[in-house]
Amino acid sequence: MTTTGHAGAPPVRDHSAKRRWVGQSIRRVEDPKFLLGRGGYIADRITPGTLHAAVLRSPHPHARILRIETAQALASPGVHAVITGQEAAELCDPMPDFGPDPARHTWRCLAADKVRYVGEGVAVVVADSRYLAEDALELIEVEYEPLPAVTDPERALADGSPLVHEALESNCAYERSFDFGDVERDFAEADVVVRDRLRWHRSGGQPLETVGAIAEYEPGTGSFTIDTNTLSFTSYLFMAAATLKVPANKLDIRPVPAGGSFGSKLFANKPAVIAGMCARKTGRRVAYLEDRADNIANCDHHGSDRVYEVELAMMRDGTMRSIKIDVIDDYGAYIQFGVGHHGNALAQVVGPYTIGSVRYRVRAALTNKNQQGAYRGFGSEVNNWMLEQMVDKAARELGLDPVAVRRKNFIREFPHFIPTGNVYDSGDYERVLDHALELADYGHWRAEQRRLREQEGRYIGIGVITAQERSVFSATEFWFWFDEPGAPVTSTPESVSLKVDATGGITAILYSCAFWGNSPETMVAQLVAEEFDCSPYDVSVVYHGSRDGLPATGPGGSRTTVMLAGAVEGAAGKIKEKARRAAAHLLEIDPDDMEWSDGGFQVRGDPERKKSLAEIAVMLHLFKHSFPEDMESGLDASKVFDHPYTTMPSADRKDLGVFYPFVGHACHVPVVEVDTETGVVTFLHYAAVHDCGTLVNPRSLAGHIVGGTAQGIGTALYEEFVYDEDGQLLSSSFMDYLIPTAMEVPELTIGHVETPSPYTPHGIKGGGEGGRMMAPAAINAAVNDALAPLGVRLTELPMTPERILAALRAAGTTG
Amino acid sequence: MAPTTCTIRLTVNGQPHVAKVEPRRLLVDFLREDLGLVGTHIGCEHGVCGTCTVLLNGASIRSCITLAVQADGADISTVEGLARGGELHPLQDEFSAKQGLQCGYCTPGMLMRACEILAENPDPTPEQVRSAIASNLCRCTGYQFIIEAVISAAARMRAPAATEEVVS
Repeated sequence: MTTTGHAGAPPVRDHSAKRRWVGQSIRRVEDPKFLLGRGGYIADRITPGTLHAAVLRSPHPHARILRIETAQALASPGVHAVITGQEAAELCDPMPDFGPDPARHTWRCLAADKVRYVGEGVAVVVADSRYLAEDALELIEVEYEPLPAVTDPERALADGSPLVHEALESNCAYERSFDFGDVERDFAEADVVVRDRLRWHRSGGQPLETVGAIAEYEPGTGSFTIDTNTLSFTSYLFMAAATLKVPANKLDIRPVPAGGSFGSKLFANKPAVIAGMCARKTGRRVAYLEDRADNIANCDHHGSDRVYEVELAMMRDGTMRSIKIDVIDDYGAYIQFGVGHHGNALAQVVGPYTIGSVRYRVRAALTNKNQQGAYRGFGSEVNNWMLEQMVDKAARELGLDPVAVRRKNFIREFPHFIPTGNVYDSGDYERVLDHALELADYGHWRAEQRRLREQEGRYIGIGVITAQERSVFSATEFWFWFDEPGAPVTSTPESVSLKVDATGGITAILYSCAFWGNSPETMVAQLVAEEFDCSPYDVSVVYHGSRDGLPATGPGGSRTTVMLAGAVEGAAGKIKEKARRAAAHLLEIDPDDMEWSDGGFQVRGDPERKKSLAEIAVMLHLFKHSFPEDMESGLDASKVFDHPYTTMPSADRKDLGVFYPFVGHACHVPVVEVDTETGVVTFLHYAAVHDCGTLVNPRSLAGHIVGGTAQGIGTALYEEFVYDEDGQLLSSSFMDYLIPTAMEVPELTIGHVETPSPYTPHGIKGGGEGGRMMAPAAINAAVNDALAPLGVRLTELPMTPERILAALRAAGTTG
Repeated sequence: MAPTTCTIRLTVNGQPHVAKVEPRRLLVDFLREDLGLVGTHIGCEHGVCGTCTVLLNGASIRSCITLAVQADGADISTVEGLARGGELHPLQDEFSAKQGLQCGYCTPGMLMRACEILAENPDPTPEQVRSAIASNLCRCTGYQFIIEAVISAAARMRAPAATEEVVS
């Protein structure tokens, strides 16, 4: 083993061993139950006698709650309880909150004193059925005193704005400006400064299954058991337990398969808290399943909502020198994850380019909207879009080819530390770009673009973007915003237990890990099969609940596969060590003379003298006395795999340390046509090449690329949670919140490049978010390329027909 | 006061049922809660996403905006009726082979819609499948592998004899 010589860097790994299962596009092991309609989602687990909860949502964006009258609802047929926000505040403590100052922007499962957005819960009814619960909701009378609302983040930060949280005395929940490198010098030496103002509106994951939980409370032991499709972070379980006012060892959150998440079920504890509160109050098993209106208006998982003012310092030859980013992010009424989304941005703020310095000023605005949570990309996709917009604008202003500008500035040596302190472990950006241009048939489309414009007056655009895909976060990105507390470096672990039964069958136990539509079972099965030479279909995978679980953080930030790979490798290593000793003992040979070969341990170079894993396992399970005193019965092991590469930020925060080290890369090349009469954008072609290190299941990754791109198409063209000036939510159903159908998503031509990470098992990097991290930038670039002859640039997403026509009109082109 | 109920008679996956339901009871709730057929899922609850698609007399409907009483006398097919004798239906098998599912939540509705598409046209082009499945939202896959799966399944369903030969 060698080391990189960088402080805190793990040993560089040797990836030369041949792999049998990692890299194969096997069928997913999860599939059969879902195909048979036996997925076991949360709504499928309602048993006879389970009560149903339904939440009364506020129709006001901002109002004081003067009075709630519940007697009539309580008398309604089948109703067991009605809990108002005031009562809920007594039954439960505030929700878990990673925000800057939770005591002054306090978030509860139901609004207690005033509502802060349309859709916020004010009361919950528990009844024999959802029908009866909803009947009773209509009988609750709430007297509100409406207050002026603010929905524009810049207005929210201005003097005289209505205050979302009076205790905060401002709507600015966080503000800080960071300098990484010598920004002033780089700007002074630049030939040109390219400026722009960019606006990214909010969209969200909107999985087809909403969030839900089924809770039971056992008064005899004072314990909760809650099944839910959100996460059950064992590492942060104490926070949810505190909300429910029980010790963490009295709360078992059991993960069930989720019908999609895309980040939006990350730490989505509110339904679990509401169900738990209702279960304790009624003494019954209670289900709270959000309906679609809840999930759109009250999910706590809207995506980024940003206004950027950016300056990019350039040399005339196309060299990028420095960038000043001033961003306001509209967090809505609460700020549960703090500004962690900007940590994501800072992990790859300079993209794949050798930009020497960065100024990053971030202001978090609170407004009368549902709060932000997580959505595939977690804010880094917005940075990708902003940066690629700036690169294209710079190329246009300097009269340079946008592809050539990108190529000129590519980082080419790895590991590479960017100005913020994060590291890019490996990459080959030129190869990704070349492959994408080839798959896109770039030359052909450039010729077609010219021909169609000249001969038919059609506006075709080709977008080329090259951007980063960070993976495997370390939780330092949630606290390095503050000088205090100076926490030590955060490990953000993931754990796996492997148990080999007496027949050699292997069960893998995952902690805090949910099935979200990603493929943790397939990943683990392939990794275990790689270690033990068994069939992945013979591996059994169990999702362990939170109580008595091992430390784990679960999916998020494209970390699952890498972290599970490390945990599987560690646990397998322990099992093999014991199996080696056992086999050596049985064969009466020195353990050092044994080698693992094709599913067992053999005497080095002698396949005739071998014990299979099953032969070893049966002896260890049933015949312990055949072994030395110190060898226990059984064959199992656990590995708590800590984040393999994360380092401390500097005290002055001029260097944030390494916190997102396994950095993939992609190039997307969409070809679009913009109809200048209607403002409609259609795809003519779409090529995407991703490099997220060694692939475990290429087909599965391709599925994530297409699916993520489809969501990126939604973000770029269709999806927006629209709040009007008064704070009303205008897109409160799928009639108005437009998710792309098969007709809006083109067939993608996908390519893979594999630059293994030097630091991870098999060289794997995370890849689950890549499609959505690239597509909005790429489609915006394509639309702008199409409209360049008309002098039009779109700087606001989504690029709805209205916005495109408005831009055309503003440029004096009839739309 | 006990709510008014109506008696309905219908067949679900070939099995006859007689049941008393409230007039307002949704077909999807009747299937899931009264019959325990939880393979039909609820997505948007207003007839847009197609997650709750089942076949009523062979035609796809949205069971989240259909009342159970409207299914009186009908023949309903749900995902639970697709696999026969422990064998996956070719559509189910091809969804797996092509990874035409990720979270699996839209899959039962998508499978039922695909059954209808192939009943109407056993040999569709990929573009025809794309257009036809635009009735159903999938948030995971971007549809591409679903279309591939439907095309492969169509080929197998057109030539069952040939498939059997391959299998044997």
